[in-house]
Amino acid sequence: MHVRLDDPIDLDAFRRHARQLLAGGVPPAQVEWNGERVAGRFDEANDAPPTPLVAGTPHAVPASFVALCGDVILHRDPQRFALMYRLLWRLAHEPSLRHDPLDADMLQAQLLAKAVHRDIHKMRAFVRFTRVVGDDGLERHVAWFEPDHHIVEANAPFFARRFAQMRWAILTPERCVEWNGETLAFRDGADRREKPPPDAGEQLWLTYYEHIFNPARLKVAMMRREMPRRYWHNLPEAALIQPLTDAAEARSQSMIDAPPTAARRIRAPIALHVRPAEGVAPADLGELRAAAHACRACPIGALATQAVCGEGPLAPQHMLVGEQPGDQEDLTGRPFVGPAGQLLDRAMAQLGWARDSVYLANAVKHFKYELRGKRRIHKTAAQREADACAHWLDSEISLVRPEGLVALGATAARALLGRPVAVQAERGAWLHERRDGRPVFVTLHPSALLRLADGERAEAYARWLDDLERARGTVAAASR
Amino acid sequence: MDIQRKLAILADAAKYDASCASSGSQPRDSLGGRGIGSTEGAGICHSYAPDGRCISLLKVLLTNHCQYDCLYCVNRASSNVPRARFRVEEVVQLTLDFYRRNCIEGLFLSSGIIKSPDHTMEQVVEVARQLREDHDFRGYIHLKTIPDASDELIARAGRYADRLSINVEMPTTEGLQALAPEKDESAIRRSMARLRLRIDDTREEARRVVPIRALPGAAPTAAKPPPFAPAGQSTQMIVGADATDDRHILASSATLYGAYKLKRVYYSAFSPIPDAARALPLVAPPLMREHRLYQADWLMRFYGFEHQEIVAAPDGLLRLDVDPKMAWALAHAERFPVDLNHAPREMLLRVPGLGVKAVERLLQARRVRRVRADDLRRLHVPARKVLPFVVADGHRPAAGAMAAAVPAAQPTQAALF
Ligand code: SF4
Repeated sequence: MHVRLDDPIDLDAFRRHARQLLAGGVPPAQVEWNGERVAGRFDEANDAPPTPLVAGTPHAVPASFVALCGDVILHRDPQRFALMYRLLWRLAHEPSLRHDPLDADMLQAQLLAKAVHRDIHKMRAFVRFTRVVGDDGLERHVAWFEPDHHIVEANAPFFARRFAQMRWAILTPERCVEWNGETLAFRDGADRREKPPPDAGEQLWLTYYEHIFNPARLKVAMMRREMPRRYWHNLPEAALIQPLTDAAEARSQSMIDAPPTAARRIRAPIALHVRPAEGVAPADLGELRAAAHACRACPIGALATQAVCGEGPLAPQHMLVGEQPGDQEDLTGRPFVGPAGQLLDRAMAQLGWARDSVYLANAVKHFKYELRGKRRIHKTAAQREADACAHWLDSEISLVRPEGLVALGATAARALLGRPVAVQAERGAWLHERRDGRPVFVTLHPSALLRLADGERAEAYARWLDDLERARGTVAAASR
Repeated sequence: MDIQRKLAILADAAKYDASCASSGSQPRDSLGGRGIGSTEGAGICHSYAPDGRCISLLKVLLTNHCQYDCLYCVNRASSNVPRARFRVEEVVQLTLDFYRRNCIEGLFLSSGIIKSPDHTMEQVVEVARQLREDHDFRGYIHLKTIPDASDELIARAGRYADRLSINVEMPTTEGLQALAPEKDESAIRRSMARLRLRIDDTREEARRVVPIRALPGAAPTAAKPPPFAPAGQSTQMIVGADATDDRHILASSATLYGAYKLKRVYYSAFSPIPDAARALPLVAPPLMREHRLYQADWLMRFYGFEHQEIVAAPDGLLRLDVDPKMAWALAHAERFPVDLNHAPREMLLRVPGLGVKAVERLLQARRVRRVRADDLRRLHVPARKVLPFVVADGHRPAAGAMAAAVPAAQPTQAALF
């Protein structure tokens, strides 16, 4: 049986024929498809009146197959109709086919579809518009392109979306398309001689191409793989490839050989980021922060974004000291903004204790973590790291001058008291052991509450709230 | 100075920046607008230079005058290269003109630092503003941000740009201190953190907006929050200007990906520059090393490799003769051959020559039938590379096949460097 398609890319016609053949039980081997358009002459050749088609019953196929056909039909391969009908036939008769991603026919069809996609992509890449001013004084952008497959119709909407407010035309040997700012119009192929001559502005593009090339990195094979030779004759910049390639080696060698010249101008390095001298106590919190950013006394500093120093009023009644910044604190540079900080906020709000009435700080200034894939997992600072860091907190305390210190968790308690502290045993009371005379109140770190199982959390939270309430109410008395 | 000459100088100055991507932004087009331009997910490489690099964006500097003196940089204050400076309108017109010719996907604008970081950043942002607001340009814009620019300027940059980047320049802090003493690594990191937070916040906000029905029967619409760098942020580090080994380079990248969710880290092999500083190695750029770093980076981002496990050699360098996945497989012979019919996804991804897509297809096929060796041929994977490392129905690699998988004659390192 012989099937002739008027238009080589008319998917609907193909579907009608195929459906009818399938309904009539015609096996693929008995069908000969002839759908190739001979450029321009096709329409006259088909003078026989088309036989009326009996609509075949539509057959259920995977939706992806219809999409695949839509792509494959744009391929130039004359065998594509036979392939697609064979696949349709097999989909109807072999139920297992739709679950086999490695079937030979299916992979062949995907290969054709891939070639079509590539051609569509290359057209989007390598069409070059030239500015043309018509007799009417109107400006148009015109391009000449030679695609491998029947892709002009399919690709035109892309150019319409991209160059909506521009009047343009793309001429190809088989089909031409024109956009007037509102609609797309198609017509038969054009002659190569209609290709517009270069316009005055093209030289700028050539200048750019010439100078963005780095002669020290010649990789011509790589370029050819992505921009095959057959596209070159329609790309203005391609004329530069040979001369640039030829001169590349000499150019890079001359850079290497050139004797050093005297510096254009000598000046002292610009000091945008002033670093305080080491060993000198910071005079204010700004200096403290800058110095801590640069601190590398332990390995943590090199991996973190920034040192997170405290924030709050000077000479407050309370300075609350936590353990160490976490992921969010590291990114924002502010203490207690992550989940633990939010829990502390909630607790303080419940107690009617304004967050900005206290100074919030951490014992260790940089975030310590371990990378798992693309996530940073918090790790507690080792004792020697906490020890190396302790002097920053001491400087901070003497600059801030709080009346009392509230240690949240064991790390903070140890940093403030200079000895290991069993938090559960010593929590809930003011301890008077610091050399500077400031009392220290010990309680849990909010993140300890976050780690508790759901059943235990409510009670532990209530007790922690009690602790905070006590710390808040008695500091004035305790510190005297 | 005429525009041709300026373009020549300022493209020359930009050619050492490796980034070229124009993908991953929000889809948009110019239908119904006042101008031109579209982005549809994947970017397009419109041309290739003979150095094999894609030309997708007009990549230029606003000016190559710079007050800093970074030794690896051709634009450093003490360099004797010719200098030029575009006017804002000139860059805008060039971008539109090249775009109309269909030569580019958009603009990648960077600049030497003049007067002050804020002054420079303001000019860079003004180019993007004019393109977007005055010309309704909807193509891609990538702006290089200056680490010390003010928060307000960064916020504006992110409103106009699809992507923002800040180059870390050197893989290690020590490297940066030695070659660019005026740059401050922690300022660079703080800027990246700032960008990440803004990008995160904008995404979060966009997720939270509740569509509102304005009129009964009308489709609910949501007021979209203004975008902020929808294609994310990226960075570049120069490879081969100091002695840092690949292991440390990959560790730096992993840290950057983890901390700031970068879309890409670009590796730029240091290449001779005109009027180079004396402290630098003047040799041809280690292109193969750069290539291997990109492959290793790919393993971290898509194949589930941790940065510590990629470089096995005691010298801390990636092998130049085989790709890093092959090198890993050869160093872990005990984990192979992998059974294509039974191995978990993670292990299939570690087979040399099997890409992410091929692995997905194998897993799919496995659900309905057994996989045979000749299936690999249809998957279009390099069978010669894969077969020594896998078992499938009708195939079992011969003893010693893995070692033989290494291609024999390869250019030696000496020839490449
Ligand atoms: S954690 Fe403390 S000691 Fe360690 S680097 Fe940071 S500031 Fe310095």
